[in-house]
Amino acid sequence: MRAFIVLLQKEFTQIRRNSFLPKLIVAFPVIVMLIAPLLMTMDVRNVNVAVVDLDRSTTSHRIVSHIKASEYLSFVGATAEFDLALRDLEKGKVDVIVQIPNYFERDMAVATAEKISITANAVNAIKALIGTQYLVQTIARTVVELRGEKTPNQLSELVTVQNRFNPTLNYRHYMIPALMIMIFILMCGFLPALSIVGEKETGTMEQINVTPVSRLMFILSKLLPYWIIGIFVLTMAMIVAHLVYGLIPVGSVGLIYFGAVLFILIISGFSLTVANFSDTMQQTMFVMFFFIMIFMLMSGLLTPIDSMPAWAQKITFILPPRYFVDILRSVYLKGTSLVEQWYNFAALGVFTVIFNILAAVTYRKQA
Amino acid sequence: MKNNFLPFVKKESLHILRDKRTMLIVMLIPVILMVMFGFAISTEVNNINIAVVAPERTGAVKDVVGRIAHNDYFTFYGYIDQDQIDKKLRSGKVSVVAVFASNFDRRMEQISAGLPSKPVIQFIVDASNVNTASASIAYLQSILPGTASQQAMFETRMLFNPQMKSAYNFVPGIMGLIFILVCAIMTSVSIVREKEVGTMEVLLVSPVRPVKIVFAKMIPYFVISCVILVMILLLAHYLLDVPMSGGIWGIFSLSLLYIVLSLSLGLLISTVTKTQVAALLISAMVMLVPVLLLSGIIFPIENFPKFFELLSNIIPARWYIAAIRKMMIQGAALAAVWKEGTVLLGMTAVFIGVSLKKFNDKLE
Repeated sequence: MRAFIVLLQKEFTQIRRNSFLPKLIVAFPVIVMLIAPLLMTMDVRNVNVAVVDLDRSTTSHRIVSHIKASEYLSFVGATAEFDLALRDLEKGKVDVIVQIPNYFERDMAVATAEKISITANAVNAIKALIGTQYLVQTIARTVVELRGEKTPNQLSELVTVQNRFNPTLNYRHYMIPALMIMIFILMCGFLPALSIVGEKETGTMEQINVTPVSRLMFILSKLLPYWIIGIFVLTMAMIVAHLVYGLIPVGSVGLIYFGAVLFILIISGFSLTVANFSDTMQQTMFVMFFFIMIFMLMSGLLTPIDSMPAWAQKITFILPPRYFVDILRSVYLKGTSLVEQWYNFAALGVFTVIFNILAAVTYRKQA
Repeated sequence: MKNNFLPFVKKESLHILRDKRTMLIVMLIPVILMVMFGFAISTEVNNINIAVVAPERTGAVKDVVGRIAHNDYFTFYGYIDQDQIDKKLRSGKVSVVAVFASNFDRRMEQISAGLPSKPVIQFIVDASNVNTASASIAYLQSILPGTASQQAMFETRMLFNPQMKSAYNFVPGIMGLIFILVCAIMTSVSIVREKEVGTMEVLLVSPVRPVKIVFAKMIPYFVISCVILVMILLLAHYLLDVPMSGGIWGIFSLSLLYIVLSLSLGLLISTVTKTQVAALLISAMVMLVPVLLLSGIIFPIENFPKFFELLSNIIPARWYIAAIRKMMIQGAALAAVWKEGTVLLGMTAVFIGVSLKKFNDKLE
């Protein structure tokens, strides 16, 4: 036991004496938590619309003024020529072009009337789809209004919508738990691996190998500091989320810590396993970079798992963050209980055991 | 002049080539990531689980439910009871619950007769996932009766990406992300490792000019990156069906410039850091966040607060991705992206200039 405490002391001293690590451990999570939520929004807003008005009637003017008034659309300009607008679209100044045909107002009521054409830049497919939908709604409303008709099937009369758990549809609240996981993955993924390979490269590993310290004890002494750092980082992140973005977990804070404790162990255990297989820091970094990219982009952190093809969805089952993303989001925003999330916790538990045994087994004292 | 430059390049190349394992890893990583992300990442929302609460399952109710169940975006979970709504949403079993009014048929008749009526359907959505919530409401509204006549007035055209593939948007983003990080990780250790191991002293007392040392370190990595680039472009075109309509040479030369930029960024990191650990953490971990979040790969730049929209201009990946999107998908020629090209060129010059300056400072 005494040997273990000495080993831990050594780890903390090494981190503290490093000119870069202490600053990184404190500054990185705080800066990321402060800034990133401001950037992470996929709302489709500011869709730039150009109008090609061939009709020049009261109706078309009314359509333009409704586009100007819409909170999602921003009106860029009206031209008489489609090609001019198209050139702006190619340059990226315009996202959607609406062309109102000649005699639109006159023929509006006739079924054979020429249609309004909408041309969208679909490089960003989602933006094109949703932007077009906004436009269709805006224009349809204008036309209905001008006809002075009472439309019985107005949507607002037909349905009501209730947004549970996040009534203001605040995108930041959805992203903040994901951001915390991103910080865990980055810090507890890169740091432990570098610390082991660092010892290999500088040769101090040889010295450890000739001591009577057991494999398990050595691996534990490498894990524990990052586990403590992880808990510290989570606490800081939760405080920032509360003070700056007013987000308080609906569910139990204890459950969040419990999940985080398991998750940090998984990621750092995995990191140590990778380090055991690598010879140089650069090599470790490349391999960790590979897995961290997969963890961050395929486990539902930033983009939904449901939208992936079936084979990719199957891969996500072997990605530990997948389960923690689900846990953290539901506990934070919906107040889900341990019983309702048992399968996710069970999965985390299994991964914790696997990766940490793997880390201890793959560490060999022979050079 | 040439005589003492080439041996240096050879020395550096041997250093890298002898480490077969790292070489293999470096070549494989970008390729695998490219293929996986190209196929897998999509921001589209589908497979939304929807449950229905219907006190009376009349023909009209079943008709609407059938329409929802047959829609590609939704997966019909089943009928549930009123008191199960909260539990199903909380546990994540379903994302939307459609609650039909108890006298749905009568109210619908009133509505079609033009009489005022109370709402007939209530959608309760799990808004903790904002994307799914807003997308599902938009989809549902377009399925409901009475919306067809509105759509008939329009004719829509989706330019450049008629099949609405999300790979078109993501492939340039992933290229921008992978190249800058992989190249920076490659060169970021080059100088700082010599400092740590102590061989730097040997280099410094040799008669070789520092410029040559720096360039000799970049050349082998540049060659490796070119191989990676060729593989990635082939995969993007033949496997992911990205069109590259703007001409392959334009895309290729801009990518080469971007590779040089990324390698010089790594060198810069290498000259300013004291340890390999710091150099690697900066080039992989610290840089990953701004590159991922500020360059418009996933989150659109136009949604940023004004200050960050301006700040994103200093991220090289932002310019590269914008230019590659134009060239690959919109079919713009190299001349059409002169602005992005100039910015990237300027940034490269600054990175090389500063690292040479820092390197020279060390000498004195």
